[in-house]
Amino acid sequence: MADDTKTRQVEPVDEYEREPVPKRALLGFSSFVGQYAGEHTAGTELMIGPLFIASGVSAVGVVGGLFVGNLLAVLSWMFLTAPIAVRARMTLYYQLEKICGRKLVTAYNLANGVMFCFLAGAMVTVNATAAGVWFHIAMPGLNDLYPNSVGWVIAVLVMGVLITIVAAYGYKVVARIANIAAPWMVLVFIAYGIVGARQLGITSVGEFWPKAQELIWTGGAPLAGRAKFTFWHVMFFAWFCNMAMHIGMADLSVFRYARKSWYAVGTAAGMYLGHFIAWLAASILYAQQLRATPGNTDVLPGPLAYNATGIAGLICVIVAGWTTANPTIYRAGLAFQAIAPSSSRYRVTLLTGALATLAGLFPAIAMKLLDFVALYGLVLMPMGAVVFVDFWMAERLGFRSRYAEAAGISVNWAAGLAWVVTLAGCLAVVSMGGLQIYFVGLPGWFAAATLYIVLSRLLQRKEVRL
Amino acid sequence: MKTAARLVSLVSLVGTILPPVLFFTGYMDLDATKRWMLIATIAWFAATPVWMDR
Repeated sequence: MADDTKTRQVEPVDEYEREPVPKRALLGFSSFVGQYAGEHTAGTELMIGPLFIASGVSAVGVVGGLFVGNLLAVLSWMFLTAPIAVRARMTLYYQLEKICGRKLVTAYNLANGVMFCFLAGAMVTVNATAAGVWFHIAMPGLNDLYPNSVGWVIAVLVMGVLITIVAAYGYKVVARIANIAAPWMVLVFIAYGIVGARQLGITSVGEFWPKAQELIWTGGAPLAGRAKFTFWHVMFFAWFCNMAMHIGMADLSVFRYARKSWYAVGTAAGMYLGHFIAWLAASILYAQQLRATPGNTDVLPGPLAYNATGIAGLICVIVAGWTTANPTIYRAGLAFQAIAPSSSRYRVTLLTGALATLAGLFPAIAMKLLDFVALYGLVLMPMGAVVFVDFWMAERLGFRSRYAEAAGISVNWAAGLAWVVTLAGCLAVVSMGGLQIYFVGLPGWFAAATLYIVLSRLLQRKEVRL
Repeated sequence: MKTAARLVSLVSLVGTILPPVLFFTGYMDLDATKRWMLIATIAWFAATPVWMDR
């Protein structure tokens, strides 16, 4: 009995996982605005902004690219994800199970869980940079791949263990702190930009744009080891950094609670506060660092925040990292637990957190966050194309939707091959230097959709199809 | 009690963003900006849990 009570206290509410969400459980528009504004103002935003500068982007490239890319992301949620979510009202995993079969969903969960672990690892890294300021720890540089000091290892381990234990035992407490912190956090991110701009010598709003071109996003050569970024890189990055969520359909699980599909316009709060203002503000801090200490190319959110806004800024880094690492570790745990349903959820979360902490030791993931985030979306994107085609086009194109459920099979090879072949093809194009990873997502989506249609027509048994 | 807490939260939000604006316009130095932001942060986390999400 005591154990049962404890389990109920530590687990967030997971409802309607294997049934459509009923009308009485639907949520209003403001729920989605708040959720997206909070989730997308994360500690990792402080890594991404500086990495744009390291890639030598121009002011027009970054501001224009972020504006258009974020708009495309919002439209993707509105016109791809939400319309399916409010019609089916099921989680992505349950829909995939009906389309792909149990075993294929297990493989998808494994891929999803591993990617979530690495993402949470980057968040642990960000938090460790805040601890590093307090304890004067030698921290990794922009091009470091491995941990570079004992102090760094200890900082990551302590942060990782704390975050993991809280994710396993106190999820609800951190979820509440996330809600409470969100409005304050947004203002601190804006404060980073304002203080950084003044430190750069900008003294009025009118001076901002000319000085931004001259001092911040100069459009010069990228730093050593970085690819040169243009408007198109920034636009596709901003559009696809959450590709797993919109085009990849992971947020079917979120918008199944929306009364109307247009509520997805609420994602704009996250995109334009987190992926526009916060990224630009973090960029400004990094430009100030490069100006104040030429040659110091380290991208370390802790010191960047501390130099601008002191202890309040450091607290913001820790809270932003913690409150987003927590659900990320939890989601990774859920994905792994789906593979072994009999295992205890909190034990799985502890193991997942240990894996994320191990990943966080290696600064390579955080320092190559732009590439990693693009890869993360790419891995999960083909299944989004499969869901889209299966939901809207299957019957019209002469094949059976939710084929695995109809045929009683555990692997729908049409979906499996569409996933694997698309991913392998995209990665081959990237590795052969044909296209950078930021650009393969769009053609990849069409490739996955086409493959799923053709393979379904070829592989579906006629008696099931009819 | 909740009304008072709401008021403190509102003031602390203003206290979070106003010092950076004053620093930008040259009316406050950086040390004072950092100090006021910390005070506003403490006030926010002390007052907001009293009324939010309860």
